[in-house]
Amino acid sequence: MTDERDRIDEIETERYELFETPSYKFHFDRRDFIKAFGAGIIFIVPLSRALAQQRGQGESGRGGNDRLPNDIGAWIHVDEDGGVTVFTGKVEMGQNIRTSLAQAVAEELHVPVGIIHLVMGDTDVTPFDMGTFGSLSTPTMAPRLRKAAAAAREMLIDLAAQQLSVEPASVTIVDARFVNHDKSKSLSLAEVAKGRKLVKVIPDNIATTPPKDWTIAGTSIAKVDARNFVTGRHEYASDIKREGMLYGKVVRPATFNATLVSVDTKAAEAIPGAKVVHDGNFIGVVAADSQTATKAANVIAVDWKSPGQPSNAELFDVLRKPTTERRGGEGGGGGSRPQGSLADGLAAADKKIEQTYTVAYIAHTPLEPRAAVAEWKDDKLTVWTGTQRPFGVRSELAGAFHIAEDKVRVMVPDTGSGYGGKHTGECAIEAARLAKATGKPVKLVWTREEEFTWAYFRPAGVIDIKSGVKSDGTITAWEFHNYNSGNSGIQIKYDIPNNDIQFHPSNSPLRQGSYRGLAATANHFARETHIDELAHSLNMDPLAFRLKNLKDERMRGVLEAAAKAFGWGRTKPAAGHGFGISCGFEKNGYVATCAEIAIDKPSGKDADKQNPQVRIVRVVEAFDCGAVVNPLHLKNQIEGAITMAIGGALFESIQFENGKILNPKFSSYRVPRFIDMPSIEVVLLDCKDIPSAGAGETPIVGLAPAVGSAIFNATGMRLRSLPLVPKGVTTNAKS
Amino acid sequence: MARVTALNVNGKKMTLDVDSTVSLLSVLRNDLGLTGSKYGCGEGQCGACTVLLDGQPTRSCITQVGRATGKQITTIEGLEKDGQLHPLQEAFIKADAMQCAYCTSGMIMSGAALLTKNPRPSRDEIISGMNGNICRCGTYQRIVEAIQIASGTAKEVAK
Ligand code: FES
Ligand code: FES
Repeated sequence: MTDERDRIDEIETERYELFETPSYKFHFDRRDFIKAFGAGIIFIVPLSRALAQQRGQGESGRGGNDRLPNDIGAWIHVDEDGGVTVFTGKVEMGQNIRTSLAQAVAEELHVPVGIIHLVMGDTDVTPFDMGTFGSLSTPTMAPRLRKAAAAAREMLIDLAAQQLSVEPASVTIVDARFVNHDKSKSLSLAEVAKGRKLVKVIPDNIATTPPKDWTIAGTSIAKVDARNFVTGRHEYASDIKREGMLYGKVVRPATFNATLVSVDTKAAEAIPGAKVVHDGNFIGVVAADSQTATKAANVIAVDWKSPGQPSNAELFDVLRKPTTERRGGEGGGGGSRPQGSLADGLAAADKKIEQTYTVAYIAHTPLEPRAAVAEWKDDKLTVWTGTQRPFGVRSELAGAFHIAEDKVRVMVPDTGSGYGGKHTGECAIEAARLAKATGKPVKLVWTREEEFTWAYFRPAGVIDIKSGVKSDGTITAWEFHNYNSGNSGIQIKYDIPNNDIQFHPSNSPLRQGSYRGLAATANHFARETHIDELAHSLNMDPLAFRLKNLKDERMRGVLEAAAKAFGWGRTKPAAGHGFGISCGFEKNGYVATCAEIAIDKPSGKDADKQNPQVRIVRVVEAFDCGAVVNPLHLKNQIEGAITMAIGGALFESIQFENGKILNPKFSSYRVPRFIDMPSIEVVLLDCKDIPSAGAGETPIVGLAPAVGSAIFNATGMRLRSLPLVPKGVTTNAKS
Repeated sequence: MARVTALNVNGKKMTLDVDSTVSLLSVLRNDLGLTGSKYGCGEGQCGACTVLLDGQPTRSCITQVGRATGKQITTIEGLEKDGQLHPLQEAFIKADAMQCAYCTSGMIMSGAALLTKNPRPSRDEIISGMNGNICRCGTYQRIVEAIQIASGTAKEVAK
């Protein structure tokens, strides 16, 4: 079995943004710095060997940060006051790992969750971490911390036993105190840690509590610092204020890929208090307040030269052309090796279907746009910013300013979300450049429009499927080509002996990158819609058709659970309503989704000029991600993923023309709101004997195909493009 | 240009000196250090910046600070009284009605205003009353629940 922890080095192809070169390169400077830990006891968790080696040559190797070793996954510090601090390079952005990781540690240490404090995503004090993405915190970081905590408990018990002069076997931890068997003697955590300067390396073979015996993990506890959020006290990156801080504003090019021809900054410089910074293709302004900075930026006259660029209308033709440059890491293309013979499979089929499916570019639009505060002190750069990759952003900053990585500190306050959209450090670099020019800390907060335009998008894609099926419902052939959107979730769980599944990278007209669930949404939409089409071509029930072609027990399990809770097959949809079903697998999570939709006829004034609208009435989703760590937050994540999925399924779509985004605002780019909410029922299959998988992403994949099939069920219209109904139900969508 | 030199915020008189055309959101956040109100769009579309002006829910990002002079401004920082959370703040914790929580202060301000006007709103009334607030993490169902939880207690508190 491969070590779970090694999976982190498999970066999916479509994380295009991780392979980009830095956006700016500035002049350089270097000096050194040293940092030490306080007294108490530190428990260090080594990484598996493979991962440590990779790190040695990888990202953190550049710039030579030898202050902290590369082969450490996490550490736990018990300080002299008995506080337990867990250090992890992961970041919190709404997925509630600050809570679930604390639960895991508390479980093994046998202490209340309340005494655990997590320090997250601070490159000076937390161990290197590739980033918080790919639903890896639960399957990789939680077990790592569990082991550390379990070993820490044993070592602390030994130390306490020595201090109490009793046998270690007689010592237990009760309410964060070490007590001997007859409770005649006890010590607090602080008393055990006092005066010590111990560094202990956690052995790899330590046993942790099996999920069936969990008492803290596996339970629903509220977000650990919820009070800070409901009172507005928590400081996001955009809320940070430093002594003497100034505000920045960047002058954006007229279009994507524009080059600077000339710039006239005189008018801006004439504004009292405004300072213009021009370095290469970077133009920005700093001032004591954001109004002045914006005003000055607006009067800078820039002449940009823009190349002609593709627009929405030609998008899918452009994507079908093979790539001319390497995008998305090693190898780029590919899926898997074909199995069996497509020709034989098609020859054996009674029915063949060939169809094309498309997905649009969509934007993450995290409610907190990119923000950063940058400060230079004695040649050391500190940046507070909301990113999913603090160490990646540190590298970007070091690269942009030609300094060593240990001269850069990136701190990530709990962030206003990311959904895969905050892997890069543009805003951090811009803030740092402005701060460097002024010698004062600078805050830069992107506007919503900037976030919509200058971040990256979920890749658009074209998918061609050709299949064959026997009249008894056995699928005999499956040919699948994904252009541009990516590899994730491209593999099938259906037992189809003859298949050829491929991903073809393209030259994307827009900057693209990770998004919650990556291409699994596109691939599931195409596959599950096509499966529905096959079932209907044979007049078979879509659930029965799937089960006929599936042996995988867990996939069957979620399908049956969702169907049961939904009442699939027991009732017929009301007039104007439709039912749809889908299933999927990604990142070790199994998901099945049933949806009921209604077609709402327009009413009131101008009703005849409006199109009927699709309303999602009800969603039942069954999810199996192995042992459940926190049912409350898991359900919350699944509900959130389903809600986010509604946007991409029904109406979200980035419109662009010749290098410009045409709808970079919430008023022109519709996201799901309260009125779009269906009733959502989540069925959790808590499989205690299966290691926990992450859950932030996979639950997003099932909605679009279930809803598309429900629309077909209600109207007889087969929709094969995401978003399905950006303008409501129009007759020309008919197949 | 007209200046604003005093504001009533959370029951306190605050002195400052800003241009009256600057947005109330920017003044609260940058000049008064009250960062609980958030920027999400700057065009009145997301509700993250919601504050109360004389009890009325207001999008502070599109409200010039000059229009807030002489009014009682209530921000998220002013809801907690003597260490006691507002019932809706309690209910948000109870219902786990947040993920990244960036929308939370705006949601709570909009929800509190809704409850003042309509102490026992129906589910549909909550949905239409809150529809101007965006939660990108998709916690709408739980926010509805939180408002429902609070609507029981909020009534007693109001009395
Ligand atoms: S920031 Fe004011 S409504 Fe969005
Ligand atoms: S909880 Fe993240 S936007 Fe609402």
